[in-house]
Amino acid sequence: MFEEVGTTEQGDLVINVGPQHPSTHGVLHLIITLNGETIRNVEPHLGYIHRSIEKMCESLSYRQFIYVTSRMDYLSSHINNHGCALCVEKGLQIEVPPRARAIRVLMDELTRLASHQLWWGALAMDVGALTPFFHAFREREMINDIMEETCGARLTMNYMVPGGVMIDLHPNFQHRVKEFITHFKSKIDEYDELVTGNIIFQKRMKGIGYLSKEDAISYGCTGPTARGSGVHCDIRKLAPYEVYGQLQFEEILETGGDCFDRYQVRMKEMRQSLSMVEQLIDNIPEGDFQAKTKAVLKLPKGEFYSRVETARGEFGVYIVSEGGTTPYRIKFRSPGFSNLSALNHMARGHKIGDLVAIMGTLDLVIPDIDR
Amino acid sequence: MDVKTTIQQEGVFPGQVHPTPGGGIVISSIDEVINWARSNSLWPLVFGTSCCAIEMMSTAGAKYDWSRFGFEVARATPRQADVIIIAGTIVNKMAPVLKRLYDQMADPKYVIAMGACATSGGPFFYNTYSVVKGADHVIPVDVYIAGCPPRPEALLHALIALQEKIRSGATREQIKTTKPE
Amino acid sequence: MSNETLKIKIGELLPSAIWEEGGEWTTLVTEPASWLTLAEQLRQASGLAFDFLFCLTCIDWKTHFTMVYHLRSTSLEQVLVVKVKLDHHEPEIESVSAIWRTAEFHEREVYDLFGVKFLHHPDLRRLLLTDDWNGYPLRKDYEDPVNMIKL
Repeated sequence: MFEEVGTTEQGDLVINVGPQHPSTHGVLHLIITLNGETIRNVEPHLGYIHRSIEKMCESLSYRQFIYVTSRMDYLSSHINNHGCALCVEKGLQIEVPPRARAIRVLMDELTRLASHQLWWGALAMDVGALTPFFHAFREREMINDIMEETCGARLTMNYMVPGGVMIDLHPNFQHRVKEFITHFKSKIDEYDELVTGNIIFQKRMKGIGYLSKEDAISYGCTGPTARGSGVHCDIRKLAPYEVYGQLQFEEILETGGDCFDRYQVRMKEMRQSLSMVEQLIDNIPEGDFQAKTKAVLKLPKGEFYSRVETARGEFGVYIVSEGGTTPYRIKFRSPGFSNLSALNHMARGHKIGDLVAIMGTLDLVIPDIDR
Repeated sequence: MDVKTTIQQEGVFPGQVHPTPGGGIVISSIDEVINWARSNSLWPLVFGTSCCAIEMMSTAGAKYDWSRFGFEVARATPRQADVIIIAGTIVNKMAPVLKRLYDQMADPKYVIAMGACATSGGPFFYNTYSVVKGADHVIPVDVYIAGCPPRPEALLHALIALQEKIRSGATREQIKTTKPE
Repeated sequence: MSNETLKIKIGELLPSAIWEEGGEWTTLVTEPASWLTLAEQLRQASGLAFDFLFCLTCIDWKTHFTMVYHLRSTSLEQVLVVKVKLDHHEPEIESVSAIWRTAEFHEREVYDLFGVKFLHHPDLRRLLLTDDWNGYPLRKDYEDPVNMIKL
């Protein structure tokens, strides 16, 4: 059975971290077995935000269930919605117009940028530097304002629908995004100056939380967590969807496998997302923003799986349909669930302060794990 | 600005100024002064379960700064906090934890239910087996905020409403502890 | 490796394999008794090398359960879907957490929500619901008049 909080026979201390804790990024409950200050075992207890989403989606129609996925991994809400819309389109064989495809990728990359900005601010706050939090939120507010003008909401935007996007871009969109690009290019160098080169930060990140390539694959890690260990897992390159096949970008890999490498992967991804936005913003094709679909969608009998690359890793939507207006079974393959299972392996032998640094680089969003 | 003018403005410091030679005298009631002091320095507890927590963090950021209103120090421990902002959905497994945090807070304590999920279950009301349909099934709530998630300005509005509620003596705490006439 | 070559290669390992048509990826249907040996071979055999299990789930068909495993090979870039049919009254299957470490959490979740027992799992207990929860919510015959408000 699991350890009770207290002292074990060998003299090890068993303590609780969470569920309410400033650095657990949500409600994660960890039971840690300590020998002095060295960690022997970390056991995550989940379910403190299990909102029974999969059961709920069995009674929602194919247009309605998309809003719920915004609330799962709320920092990449557009990308989650995108994955669901792709799955429904796969089932109905809908052809999405080119303008909608470009708009979707543009929104995805802006969301990825916003998510990484918040990750950077929260990671710096966890290891002790409070100021980068405010820098990160300043830039994130700019992206939120741009999104709000077009999509109507700052955090949980239901903008993607099966067939395209819900409404066309606001006339100010292009101009504001270009302003943002110029502004952010200078700021990202500031981020590097502020945190990356700091000797204290480097000492807390280098050599901590090593994850080898075979372990990353075996634990099912995806996203920057696995790319920091050298695993090729970027869905945008492996199985390109929408216009990713036509964009110029590299898959960012680091081979070290420790916290600092995962950090570097995300910093480089921020620059790369910025360059993708730059490539797209002047080349959005004209045309429809939504394909014509029936009012009530009915997927044919069968199973459909679609995968997208969120800011945390591979998000999969698996729909099993019996031909009705609601899905028979939906499974959401969330990236955080598999990334978290590697935490015990990475944290053994380190101190508690290192545990906080490791959780920060895993970039966990707990509602995504619990669904 | 000298003290007299500040005090005579509406809602800054409760009390009446009586000019006497050699200065002025402010007459007030202890309750009003205490309420004024408490409302201007409420320390929130860091408690965010899901998406509303991000909007709460935005409110703490530099653009919609909540420390202008006295909410500067967000404490991590309930023993040192005054107000708990329930930002996010409460599920069956989390409800005992929330109750325990509320019990650990020292009086006087206030509760704000932020967002549709904490108010009534929100988007997770129908066909879910594990969501508590409203945080007020677990702890008593003073202010409810609508929205999914509510904008930072909505959260600021709720915080100001809570401050006004405290100054006027109408929160649950104060009604509970006031002796009946 | 194309669909046909993959089918031939797996047919050599498991002659009793049934193939399901119509899906996006090669889909194989098998019995629970032969699942563990098949899983080990899928992981180890040189032409297959399926080392990445990216989705593990269960579907309740009211007369039986179906476990679905989505596997991917990182070196050879191929995807395989394996389905295993389980009995509705006594759903039991071998755990594959020794082969793919990610299965440990996924199998606990399936046990929690469907009630499928995984034999030789290192630590099989509830993951997402409270320890004293009665019943398995994601089954189709789950009734909960206290908590669930039906629309």
